[in-house]
Amino acid sequence: MTTPVLQVKDLRVHFFLDEGLVRAVDGVSFDVHPGQVVGIVGESGCGKSVTMKAILQIVEPPGRIVGGQILFQKDSAPAVDLTRLSPKCAELRAIRGAEIALIPQEPMAAFSPVHSVGAQIIEALRLHERQWRPTGPRLTRSEARSMTVDLFRSVGISMPDERVDAYSWQLSGGLRQRAMIAMALSCRPRLLIADEPTTAIDVTTQAQILNLLRELQRRHGTAIVFITHDLGVIAQMAHYVVVMYLGRVMEQGSVEQIFHAPKHPYTQALLKSIPSVNVAPRTLLPTIAGSIPHPLGRPGGCPFHPRCPDAIPGVCAERVPALRPVGPTQLASCFLYHRDEAVEP
Amino acid sequence: MSATPWLLDVRHLRKSFPIRRGWNRKVVGAVAAVDDVSFTIREGETLGLVGESGCGKTTTARCILRAMTPTSGEILFRAADGRVVDLAPLSRAALRPLRPQIQMIFQDPFSSLDPRMSVGDIVGEPLRVHGIARGKDRTARVAALFERVGLRKAQMANYPHQFSGGQRQRIGIARALATEPRLVVADEPVSALDVSVQAQVLNLLLELRTRLHLTLLFVAHDLAVVKHISDRVAVMYVGQLVELATAEAIFRHPRHPYTAALMRAVPVPDPQAPSGDVALAGEVANPANPPAGCYFHPRCPFVTEVCRIEPPALREIATGHLVRCHRAEELILSGVGAEPARGTHGVVDSLGHDGRTV
Repeated sequence: MTTPVLQVKDLRVHFFLDEGLVRAVDGVSFDVHPGQVVGIVGESGCGKSVTMKAILQIVEPPGRIVGGQILFQKDSAPAVDLTRLSPKCAELRAIRGAEIALIPQEPMAAFSPVHSVGAQIIEALRLHERQWRPTGPRLTRSEARSMTVDLFRSVGISMPDERVDAYSWQLSGGLRQRAMIAMALSCRPRLLIADEPTTAIDVTTQAQILNLLRELQRRHGTAIVFITHDLGVIAQMAHYVVVMYLGRVMEQGSVEQIFHAPKHPYTQALLKSIPSVNVAPRTLLPTIAGSIPHPLGRPGGCPFHPRCPDAIPGVCAERVPALRPVGPTQLASCFLYHRDEAVEP
Repeated sequence: MSATPWLLDVRHLRKSFPIRRGWNRKVVGAVAAVDDVSFTIREGETLGLVGESGCGKTTTARCILRAMTPTSGEILFRAADGRVVDLAPLSRAALRPLRPQIQMIFQDPFSSLDPRMSVGDIVGEPLRVHGIARGKDRTARVAALFERVGLRKAQMANYPHQFSGGQRQRIGIARALATEPRLVVADEPVSALDVSVQAQVLNLLLELRTRLHLTLLFVAHDLAVVKHISDRVAVMYVGQLVELATAEAIFRHPRHPYTAALMRAVPVPDPQAPSGDVALAGEVANPANPPAGCYFHPRCPFVTEVCRIEPPALREIATGHLVRCHRAEELILSGVGAEPARGTHGVVDSLGHDGRTV
């Protein structure tokens, strides 16, 4: 196995609200290897976006990283623990945007409306020049511009010479997301974080964007952390899947294992409850009882136990199950498999 | 098809919005949001209306509800007393007695409930407004509605913020059912919900459909959801209806290239399913300036000369199967859950599904 480009170890991000403490991310661990697409899937409130923010060190107060490590492997040097770096320090600013890039959910909100999209990419290229090109003369504005045009062409934007000068609000949703992808890839990042990159887009355009990401990933071998709530998208994009629920990892494994041999009752129930185009129409779907608890009213023990069909009385409500192997590359946090493996309180 | 009478008959519905420019808001053009749409809904039937954003599906729904006035066309509705009324030209006053018979379920369970009203009052409001029930009778009816949608009547005094998204959507459904409507228009009722809750709400709608013999116009962009709940499905593209057929027929054997492409574009939750490698090129046409000929021709893989010039008409190519395509007869497109395509020229490759699910 290769050295992981990113190792998240027992990450904890808590939000200190006036109403109480919200454990948005509460002990999350996973690895991302070079060239691998890791999908993080979960419903609202599972902590998938907060995990993404923690990796980039952009968790907003009252949120704070209270524990764990985020080890990022740069070149051959020893891995840097991103949680040890101050969010505003030069070292982190050199990583963020250059080594770790983000494709946000809503490109309309991510691009500045008063600068052309090209200008924003040129800015990133020049700002991070020493990260993606350690030697050589300084990049001129016109060189950066022609690089941006090439980037636009590589992400399938037609008429790239004209589109460079367009403002984000002049572009359609699909084009805007393509421009965002061009920006994310501009500094040749080692790791790309895609946070629901196609949620705001129509389905035929989504297919194009997913194809583009798959192709670019294959060509550049970039590692991607792909965050989504859509199990269909995860199945099509990811090599390895992390299933989250209420701030904890329920299960992780290869995409085949998760979709064809899920071990955790939550994963099993989630997969059964999606209406597929292949399910007999107008039949009742198997459902997960109850609803996602309020962030301030989360259950003790295993977070899924009140909704779990297989909950063991007296066990699941008492202790929190630890994430343990249930196969060669598959892990689950469930007492059904490891009755005695609980997380220390 | 059965001889069940139609409840709603939409004929040549059009709705266009003016495009205004400049300081004096001069009208410089028009967007045909809904462009000659016709369909019927039979009593007890669920019609799914699908399409991508901007295709006019919500505008169609709003015209039927008369939340907006159509530019032209007829919306014939069979009222409870057996009269057939054209809703399109009616005044507000004339519409009022008909309003209880057509109700709506909204997309967003957060913004569609007044945060300052108790949920019991929210569900009882249509009864109050239309003078259907008052006092104890109203409370009893609201309690019955709560139980019907799977909520406890003890929760009636609570406020919307005390409920989860799924529960709020149940409240919205209870409110829509309060007046015992003959037609319910549901605009994306599950798209704002989490996967695990979406299934519960879909099941509730399916159950109510059977138990109350509900007639439903189900507007959505999610094809899997639409297939799951609908008897018939209508597909819209740039304001026009491009295909209309039974859910089984349209998913197994789509006859319009756009319908086939739309189905193929949906990512299947199975890593072994082929991923949409033949994604549709280009983007949805601008309804303010649609292309000549068939609106779909710039993106269509089967385009011919005639498609670029002549707009195709919506025609019936099999019983109850309407399609707007010049080449509908010759193209063999595969849908989902279908046998592999019988190869002829220009076949769209199938999703290759064997019906296996996880």
